[in-house]
Amino acid sequence: MEQFVAVKRSKDGQPVRYLVVDDSVFARKNLARMIETFGGQVAGEAGDGLTAITEYERLKPDIVLMDITMPQMEGIEAAEKIVQQHPEARIVMVSSVGYQENIVAALQRGARHFVQKPVKAEVLYEVIKYVMGEDGTAAQAAGAGA
Amino acid sequence: MKMELIQPFINAADAVLAQGLQCRTSVGNLSMDQEAYRRKGVAALIWVTGDIEGRIIIDLDPETAVRVASRFAGAELPESDDLIRETVCELANQVIGNAVTSLNDQGFHFRVHPPVLHTSEHGPKSSEDTEALVICFETPVGNVFLNIALRHNASCQPERAAAVGQ
Repeated sequence: MEQFVAVKRSKDGQPVRYLVVDDSVFARKNLARMIETFGGQVAGEAGDGLTAITEYERLKPDIVLMDITMPQMEGIEAAEKIVQQHPEARIVMVSSVGYQENIVAALQRGARHFVQKPVKAEVLYEVIKYVMGEDGTAAQAAGAGA
Repeated sequence: MKMELIQPFINAADAVLAQGLQCRTSVGNLSMDQEAYRRKGVAALIWVTGDIEGRIIIDLDPETAVRVASRFAGAELPESDDLIRETVCELANQVIGNAVTSLNDQGFHFRVHPPVLHTSEHGPKSSEDTEALVICFETPVGNVFLNIALRHNASCQPERAAAVGQ
């Protein structure tokens, strides 16, 4: 898998911490592998929206990657509840269902961005940099080639 | 069964497989099936309800599922029942999700239900107006079968029906 210039937190130079939410273990593992190539760290995983809310409270990740169609509570509702409590939360919806109504609903309820499955690593990487904004820095590790 | 309903699923399967497997795929055998569905390997079934109703099944043999999972992950993965099940369900999710996106953009509205693993030898029988189209996608890691049985909901909007040539 392609390796990317690591995206670190600007404030302390530490890896960006992710909460990965998807009812598919297969999808979570794929996202986790991509996160590794971005120089990030998977702080936690959740398989449904309800667990995502409790895990967000516990872990306070820098970014949440959130599926939409899940059991118990769907991703858009979970995103809304997280953002109500934590307006600073950076939530990126990751779903195979990418029609406009879905995207608009997710953005209106607090998500920062939307990535359609199957996820292309280079697309997700650009979205992560955009969503981190000034709170993230993409920089080569010391000693790495240009 | 109208081709307008089928084409988005063919396009989506082709796109998802080509991207995930990083290779070209081709459509092999294509047939209509009015008999009860006969499972070929590990199958995930997804029901859709709304303007369009019916079900889509994605079916592949366990060895192919492991190879598909490995290609999608970019690393060799050990064979396990969980991995095989997960792969087939996620593949179904992605193909149907992408197809639904395309159909929704054409004005169809419906609900996609979560995938369920189809474990019995025989599946739901198709009926006169929901005969199933079986499409075999040939890939370098094995064949992936898509079995589609869909029909317009009788109560769908007349303008929608006109738009698709009913």
